[in-house]
Amino acid sequence: MTKKMTIFLVTLVTWLLLTWSLDPEEVIAGVTVALLISVLFSNLFLSQGKKTNFAPRRLGWFLLYLPVFFYYVIKANFDVAYRVLHPEMPINPGIVKVKTTLKTQTGKTFLANSITLTPGTLTVDIVGDWLYVHWINISTLDPEEQTKLIVTRFERFLRRIYE
Amino acid sequence: MSETVGIIFFIIGGLFDLFGCIGLVRLPDIYNRLQAATKCVTLGTCFILFGAFFWSGFSAMGIKALLCAAFILITSPTAAHALARGSHIFGVKLWEKSLMDKYAEDEEGRLSGGKVEKA
Repeated sequence: MTKKMTIFLVTLVTWLLLTWSLDPEEVIAGVTVALLISVLFSNLFLSQGKKTNFAPRRLGWFLLYLPVFFYYVIKANFDVAYRVLHPEMPINPGIVKVKTTLKTQTGKTFLANSITLTPGTLTVDIVGDWLYVHWINISTLDPEEQTKLIVTRFERFLRRIYE
Repeated sequence: MSETVGIIFFIIGGLFDLFGCIGLVRLPDIYNRLQAATKCVTLGTCFILFGAFFWSGFSAMGIKALLCAAFILITSPTAAHALARGSHIFGVKLWEKSLMDKYAEDEEGRLSGGKVEKA
């Protein structure tokens, strides 16, 4: 029931933001559609094993994480742009295997997405605690060094946010 | 003022989209091309959408642009992840000058061992 309520509210708020008007017609249409979606399709949405905890401390770490994340995203873009525009294309690609210490599914998802959006790395698969990452320029062949370069800088934040 | 900021964002976004497209053409295999497609094009498109937001402010269009930027930030890495995983399982090879492929090394044991964990 709480899940249906959450889906209803999220869908309705998204609808209202997208239409950006409080006309009765728009609101009625939004309520109808949100109600249909939350009743018919609620079992398609993943349920979380553990309740998400919105403690202020976690929110604070999340706000701290955002600028760090955007710094790496911008850096990633200049990095890829440099490699693409360089006449000799300085790339040494390959798929490496790194271990994460995060335990929750949400944490792992955010870690994988963060890795994909940052310098030269793209998550291919997650199996248990292992992440397979395609790296456009492998700078070291030592697995521990690779883990440190790819995973650790985000794990510090994500552990405090999601665990 | 806000229009100037919007135009600057449009130009930066367009440039990054252009770099992403050049990468799509120049890089050797699907995995490297996905790198260009996820990074440059995600940020480029987000910049263009932020530009649209600064251009029109808190109106129907501006809010839509912000929502689209959030959706792209979530879905673009997920789509790249699915494409890379799918093409690897389908058997698309890495570029011949690639240094290593730990995923292929582990794939056989994982599939025959039968303990494919849903991650």
